[in-house]
Amino acid sequence: MTIQNFISQIKNNEIDIVEHTQKVIEECKKLNQEYRYFNTISEELALKQANEIKKSVKNDDKNIKNKKLFGVAISVKDAICVKGVESTAGSRILEGYKPLFDATAIAKVKEEGGIIIGKTSQDEFGFGAFSVNSGFKIPKNPFDKERSCGGSSGGAAGLSQKLDNHIALGESTGGSIVEPSSFCGVFGLCPTYGLVSRYGLIDFGNSLDKIGPIGKTAEDVSILLGVISGHDPCDSTSSHKEKEDYSNFRKSCKGMKVGIIKEAFTGEVQEEVSEKINHGIDKLRDEGAEAEEISLELPIKYGIATYYMIATSEASTNLAKLCGMRYGASEKLEGSFNEYFTKVRSENFGTEAKRRIILGTFARMAGYRDAFYIKAMKVRTIMISEYKKAFKRFDALVSPTAPMLPPKFSEIEKLTPLQHYLADVMTVSPNVAGLPHLNVPVGYSNGLPVGMLLTGDHLQEKKLLQLGSVFER
Amino acid sequence: MEIDRKLLEHVAEVARLKLTEKETERFLPQMKELLEYFSQLKDIDTDNIKPSFQPVEMKNAMREDNEKECLSQDDALSLTEHKKDGYFKGPRAV
Repeated sequence: MTIQNFISQIKNNEIDIVEHTQKVIEECKKLNQEYRYFNTISEELALKQANEIKKSVKNDDKNIKNKKLFGVAISVKDAICVKGVESTAGSRILEGYKPLFDATAIAKVKEEGGIIIGKTSQDEFGFGAFSVNSGFKIPKNPFDKERSCGGSSGGAAGLSQKLDNHIALGESTGGSIVEPSSFCGVFGLCPTYGLVSRYGLIDFGNSLDKIGPIGKTAEDVSILLGVISGHDPCDSTSSHKEKEDYSNFRKSCKGMKVGIIKEAFTGEVQEEVSEKINHGIDKLRDEGAEAEEISLELPIKYGIATYYMIATSEASTNLAKLCGMRYGASEKLEGSFNEYFTKVRSENFGTEAKRRIILGTFARMAGYRDAFYIKAMKVRTIMISEYKKAFKRFDALVSPTAPMLPPKFSEIEKLTPLQHYLADVMTVSPNVAGLPHLNVPVGYSNGLPVGMLLTGDHLQEKKLLQLGSVFER
Repeated sequence: MEIDRKLLEHVAEVARLKLTEKETERFLPQMKELLEYFSQLKDIDTDNIKPSFQPVEMKNAMREDNEKECLSQDDALSLTEHKKDGYFKGPRAV
């Protein structure tokens, strides 16, 4: 059953939404024991919303006709604030934090009748590619529990594979929507920077963070994107683009031109991965798209360095506000300001958070700022212009989403931080350039999913959905 | 690019973090490796290139200067134990 069919059945009173939601919550609890996809399941809120929906159906409320998510279960990455529901961004320093307001994306989901089922597990503040850097739950891959879901929106992607009639809200700073979607075999769309309001998102990197949907089909993610996008005066970087319905995209790629990024198929890419991506490209050709190679050296070769300098610099300033006052973790008030802040921060931030705070603080310090932080911002300018040149020739660019199949936890343990960061090689540059990108599941290798990354020009989400729809189940 | 123990400890202090001995020993070679890797950015010619602080061009974002509802004092104070007489209570300043 498609989400659209499901919504029609709820509106026509063919499904009891309260009973249905109770079942969904039970299923989530069961899944959580086995796969750890949630930090918090918001049972009370979900049932309250379900009861309101039931009432409006019973009263034949005319307003329900146009509701785009009526009764659909929506999970929320833990970094996105939901009023009254613990929102930690996967960090102990925010343990117990129950926001007093809804993020704009959440308010819009609620307005359209989406039922918030809980907060999904993730790397602390989004700091990771495998969801293992968490203060709480580490999600397990839906195809093999010994393996990672990817990260940092790992719980969101794993749950999207396992739960029907559900769409997830994820968040990406450097690839955290598409990479876990690839590892879990689902569609994940990271929108253009600014298309979705960041108001109420617990910041990682201000010039990089994007909220976006993860779901089973291109259509599912298009429905949620249509709901959450649009200008928001509460976010000064929010796009002024007119509100658009993304779900009416053409389900054909005939006549479209895709560029195959040459450098993305060399080096460290596992053979099983490039083989499946090549099959995917063949399929696009079979369906009427043209595909030819393009060289884009800068994004692949220098993407990681550029991204990590910008991202850690911004993260180190954003995390300065977390100091054991006003909300979140706190300690007994002892010592001076600096002693107290240092104590709370040292005890509650995880290892990767500390590493990134230090890297970012260093990159912004007098004497190093020009060589690292400002330099990365300049490379970003060149990178954007290289992409823009490519989009004069192509509707979208193709690469693998991740250079490897989902790794085992035992393999991840052995990685150095640099090796860990290199897992993001395909995804960081579209994020640095604020470009929309979509993970498309293109096949399986040894029972594990492989994802193809489609990157488009700013605000060209529909073209990506068009190309992606070719691979819908 | 050399980062030594003294510099690492200084950066941590600036960021209000106290690293344990174990963390310092672990971080030092990792930071060296990472900063060396990041230093490859110097190979790119960026003369006369302006930095992009945002990935898309943005104009000043202004809004009307209107009064609107905001968080009540009770709500604002509701998330912490450290409060007194309607104020947040912090650690000793001097």
